[in-house]
Amino acid sequence: MTRALPVLTVALAILVLWYAGAILLNAPQVLDLWDRSGTQWSTIDLIRACWNMERAVLPTPHQIVADLIRTIFGYALDNPRNILFHVGVTAGGTLVGFVLGTVVGTLLAVGIVHIRTLESSLMPWVIASQTVPILAIAPMIIVILGNMGFTGVFPKAIISAYLSFFPITIGLVKGLRSADPLALDLMRTYSATPAQVFWRLRMPSALPFLFASLKVAVAISLVGAIVAELPTGSVAGIGARLLTTSYYGQMVQMWSALVVAALLSLVLVWGVGAAQRIVIGQSRPPA
Amino acid sequence: MGTLNAPPTAARQTPTAASAAARAIVEIRDLSLTFQAADRPVVALDHIDLTVQSGDFVSIIGPSGCGKTTLLRVVADLEQPTSGSITVDGMTPEAARLKRAYGYVFQAPALQPWRTVERNVTLPLEIFGIAKAERARRAAEQLALVGLTGFERKYPWQLSGGMQQRVSIARALSFAPDMLLLDEPFGALDEITRDHLNLQLAELWRRTGKTCLFVTHSISEAVFLSTRIVVMSPRPGRILDIIDSDLPRERGLELRESLRFQEIAARVRRGLKEGHSYDD
Repeated sequence: MTRALPVLTVALAILVLWYAGAILLNAPQVLDLWDRSGTQWSTIDLIRACWNMERAVLPTPHQIVADLIRTIFGYALDNPRNILFHVGVTAGGTLVGFVLGTVVGTLLAVGIVHIRTLESSLMPWVIASQTVPILAIAPMIIVILGNMGFTGVFPKAIISAYLSFFPITIGLVKGLRSADPLALDLMRTYSATPAQVFWRLRMPSALPFLFASLKVAVAISLVGAIVAELPTGSVAGIGARLLTTSYYGQMVQMWSALVVAALLSLVLVWGVGAAQRIVIGQSRPPA
Repeated sequence: MGTLNAPPTAARQTPTAASAAARAIVEIRDLSLTFQAADRPVVALDHIDLTVQSGDFVSIIGPSGCGKTTLLRVVADLEQPTSGSITVDGMTPEAARLKRAYGYVFQAPALQPWRTVERNVTLPLEIFGIAKAERARRAAEQLALVGLTGFERKYPWQLSGGMQQRVSIARALSFAPDMLLLDEPFGALDEITRDHLNLQLAELWRRTGKTCLFVTHSISEAVFLSTRIVVMSPRPGRILDIIDSDLPRERGLELRESLRFQEIAARVRRGLKEGHSYDD
């Protein structure tokens, strides 16, 4: 209960702001409509209208929840009208990209830590890669890979991996170098091999850094997957859903897709946190 | 055996009975080590001569910056001397390290927080490729020796500082090295814990007969534990005096009240004072 209270307080504050914002943003449209038709209205009428507009500038949470319930329970899981179908498609791309990014990011970090010249030769490129706006190169990557015969989850995963390898490399380089100098001396007194030092000291020391990076990486993997779904006229995925609903001004559906994307990222980050608790476990004092 | 080296202030050399039959484990001849610091070279060790006999408990005492830790690290092959010669058990320090001739105890316990107490003690055994059952047996044996039976499954953060340092001593003993190198192992502990651990260490040394090379900046600790005390001075790191202690091998804390203890402590203090170590 003591843990839930702060979360609930913030959630309540967001709801209050949201409903207030809905009145503020939707009122001009409503009033404009009523002015032209000469409708008599009270404040209560205005608030009720603002909170239930079909094509609102800012739809309200209860409209979004109703839309989610309708699409989730109204259609089969493999029907594109069901939002969970799109969640599945995007989650697939996100996870494949995340795994790919983790593998690439880890290999780069291990290389950089162990081979001095790699740091000066690779690090600038690693950083430069992230200064390129992903929205600009995502369509190119997808078109080029499409021409090479790669479609579906793979191009999407590439873009996810492109974004997610970066925090892994940066975090893991720092982590692998965080080993206690005394502990390194100790390994030397045992005449431990470099592999033994890596697996028994450097890697375990790096785990807290790695998990912090994994949390960032999994969240931006999702961003990458959604961005990859935007430009190519794809029909499936949260990104495609966002694009089509915004075309047709279906604001409630668009917000549903946004909310679902946020929830998905929450679940993914929570998943990494759960993995962290299992791997690191009770070896650290309880926070 | 008494003429190990003759520092200008050390006139008396009184070898103990135990060292008469012993052989030299560490032999250091005219050894110097200069660190290349950013602005100017720093002479950490200046023409050091020292012999450590097997079974001896040798303390190296001196103020900060006198090179006592560096000297220990040279023995452990963690630092390379600039000139002079050193043999450890008749070999180069590197060969001795590869043969696991010594266990090293650092100032800090340097335990791995992700390993239990038992698995910290068995870390060197894992690296040496010793079978699991044997590892568990030796961990139990060493933890009993340092009085930590029952703490096998605890994590380091659940232990007090003194207990953590005892785990690190058990770890150094786990692969049965002939020599222990201890670098101010109790420096960070309070005096009560320290007294207690000194007593335990003295008992451990008496029972196992291991050669101990012990770095400290506490006079009473050095006199209480040692059969031989090496007094060093800083800038450059030199040996000022080597004092052979004739205190009995079996030692209790009350020994510190004895006249002989006070005499030896006074000589150590005199040596430290002659180093002018507190003037600059």
